[in-house]
Parts: sequence; C-alpha cells; structure tokens
Amino acid sequence: MSKTIIPFGPQHPVLPEPVHLKLTLEDEVITEAIPAFGFVHRGLEKLAEIRDFHQMIYVVERICGICSMIHAMCYCQGIEELMGIEVPPRARFLRVIWSELHRIHSHLLWLGLFADSFGFESLFMQCWKIREKILDIDEATTGNRIIISVCVIGGMRKDISPEHVNWILSELKDVEREIKRLETTIMTDYTVMKRTVGKGVLTGKQAYELGLVGPTLRASGIAQDMRMLGYAAFNEINFEPVVETDGDCYARCKVRFRETLQSIDLIRQAIAKLPEGELAVKAKGRPEGEVISRVEQPRGEVFYYIKANGKKNLERLRVRTPTFANVPALLAMLPGMWLSDVPVIVLSIDPCISCTER
Amino acid sequence: MFEMTPTIMRNFIGKRATRRYPYVVRPAFENARGVIYNDIRSCTFCGVCAAKCPSQCITVDKKAATWSCNPSACVYCGVCAESCLSGSLQQKCDYRKPVQEKEVIFLRGEINNNHNIPMAMKNE
Repeated sequence: MSKTIIPFGPQHPVLPEPVHLKLTLEDEVITEAIPAFGFVHRGLEKLAEIRDFHQMIYVVERICGICSMIHAMCYCQGIEELMGIEVPPRARFLRVIWSELHRIHSHLLWLGLFADSFGFESLFMQCWKIREKILDIDEATTGNRIIISVCVIGGMRKDISPEHVNWILSELKDVEREIKRLETTIMTDYTVMKRTVGKGVLTGKQAYELGLVGPTLRASGIAQDMRMLGYAAFNEINFEPVVETDGDCYARCKVRFRETLQSIDLIRQAIAKLPEGELAVKAKGRPEGEVISRVEQPRGEVFYYIKANGKKNLERLRVRTPTFANVPALLAMLPGMWLSDVPVIVLSIDPCISCTER
Repeated sequence: MFEMTPTIMRNFIGKRATRRYPYVVRPAFENARGVIYNDIRSCTFCGVCAAKCPSQCITVDKKAATWSCNPSACVYCGVCAESCLSGSLQQKCDYRKPVQEKEVIFLRGEINNNHNIPMAMKNE
C-alpha cells in the first residue's frame, strides 16, 4: 500500500496552540508521526541576561498563559533556596491555594477543549462556564484573572482577607456541585466513551520508559506527583496522587476530572489551616550558586535550573516544561491509530506549546 | 427524551446563563489591576517605577521632569504602583479601553517645586 503524508497543524481547528505533526498514513491508519516545534518561540530564557532576578518573576510567569502562577512559584522557590530564605507559613499556604485554583481552571479548560476535540460542544461550554467562577476568584483576590503575579522572592505580594475566604468557600461549593453534575456525562456518555476508551493506550512500563510526567503518567498507573515532595505547604496537608491504570485517553480524562475535585479539597484543607502571620520576608543580597527546583503543574512536573553568580542578572535559566516530556508519548501512541482519532490523542496529553518553546 | 425534559424546562424558567453584555456591564473587582494613573503634581521623578518595571514600559527623566509610559507594553503587574515612594502612581481597577492607535502617555511636571528640583540643578 502506498504511503500518504498528511500535515497536521500548525493551524488546525482542534489545536489551541501551534504544533506541527507530520503524519505518515497507510490507508487511514497512522504508521509514523513526527512533531515539529518552533512556531511560538519567544526567547524568554534569554531575557534573564537583561532583566534582574526580581523582574524575571514576571517574565517566567508569562511562559504559560494557563498555569502562570505555578511557574512563578517554581522560580521563586529556586531563588529562595539559593539565598537561604525561609518563606513564612502563611505565604506557603497561600501558594497552595492559588496554585490549586490554577490547577482547577487549567483542568476545566482542558476538559472543555477535550470535549471540543470530539465535537461535544455543549460539554465544552459547560466546562468553561464553571471555569469562569474560578477566574473570578483569582481576579477578586489578586487583581488579575490568569497571570496573577502574586509570588515574590520571600513570600507573597497579596493576601486573602477573611471575607474573601468565606466567599471563596461558598464559590467552591457551587463549583464542586456543578462539576459533579458533569460527572455522569464525562464518565458514562456514549459519545465520550466511544471516542476515548481504548485510544492511545500506554502501559505503565512504556510510560515510565518514555519519561512521561503528570496526568499522562498517572493514567498509566504510576503514582508520581511532585506535590509528594512537600513543597510550599503540601507537606502539611493530606495529599494522595490520583492514579488510573488503563492508560488510554479515557483514563487520562478521568485522572484530570478527579484531580479537579481533589484540588477543591486541597484548597479547603489549606484554607482551614491558613495560619496568621506575615506575608513575605525581605530578600536581601543576591543569589549565588546553582539549583534545581521542581513543582507539579496541571500538565506534570516543571523543572527549573537556575545558575546565579552573585550579580543582578542570572547567568542561566533553563526551564523543562511538562509538555516537552510528554511529546514522546504522542510518538508512541499515534502509530496504529485512525486519522480521525488524532485530535483526541493529541489533546489527551494536554499540549501547552508556548510553555514548551518559551 | 425524558432525560432532556427537566433540563429544557429548567432553562425556560431559570435566569439567563450570560450577561447581556453591552447593556449590562459587570463592575470591576475592587482590587482589579487596571490602568496606571500618575498624579504628576506629586511625582518626584525618582525613577523607581522605571527601574522596577519588568516590561520597561516606563521612562522617567529627572532633569526634564517628564514621566512617560507605553500602555501597550505594560503587563499590568502593578509593581510600579506598589513601589512608588511618593504615592503619586496608582493603579485603578478599570480596564484600559481599546484603542485604534498605540500611543504613549507623556506627562511633564513642574521643576520649580522645591522637592522636584533634581539634585544636580540644586547645586547649580
């Protein structure tokens, strides 16, 4: 049978961001997929040479337009480790609250896009409708909807007032109720099951060997989550990673759906334990040395390498984002699948291309 | 069909899911980060805002007593307003209106105020 090569992307209705896949097909079955990146490279790592290490917080936050706060938190953690700063307990709990709010809205965004990838438009609308409440919480507490700019070296810039705490809890109750209303649709609907069950299966061994991270890895039965490291205040709240064993698109969808509900629970725990006290300690001096900082993003583990030499600017800043680690999964999952399943499988790793290319 | 009926009925009776936007505008949250406003009369042209701005959209000339900001380059992080020593720079909660042409905010202060005189000029 002759081979056909089909370009998928960089502009494709199902892709939220530009990535190119060169698909080799035999009849309608994929035999090979080769990705190509480089459409949204902005050179943000290089900016570390001309912006000082305080200004870089706002630059790294703009690496991702969805989980921005978690990038800033990871960067601040690294610099704090270099400078030997201990973050006040209240700031650590606030970091948990805002990072989990980001996880909820990122997962809801993904659930919507995933529903859209198999043409379930009304589910897409419902997910994004719920997400709006989370963005309102972000805006009311910090001032911005997504790029909230609350992390500083040594703590946090903003606080959550007691009135806001009560309001957040009541909003979260609504959000939880509305997410649970979608549960039967997402978990049992014929359309969802037909398009996701058994598609793009990865065994636990394969997933581990490919070096996958985040929900893509956890859906294959491996309980690996950076939150288990106990950064911020995760060591003081009860946390168990969500794991599924099937390793297909449906399992990945289930992991993210359950994580959304888990994040609501984590926020409640953090709010219940939120201690009083100062928000930030003053960062004196300049960082020196090299450090690796890791946190869990909605898409998986993000990894920051920071090298500083006691000057205003950092010598090197390197970011390894979760999508970069998850792209090999695509190359293993796509061969043998039908062309019509490509959108669902590509979206099942939750690709964030602007993160990957920076 | 019977599964759908309660949802349809609820949608008939319930209130709208969306706001009728141009007619009904949601008021901004109290501490939303919107446009930057500089009260040039109390500005000391110290230049802290320009030094701290991560997108370098603010330029301050102490000698000429001018302050300019490129709102199209501003990322609305609020660092400048937070670090302003004289309290002249504020961030309002309203969003910036869309514009057809990019323009730079250029403000000129008075140099004859005592505290506004740059040190170099005082010596002269």
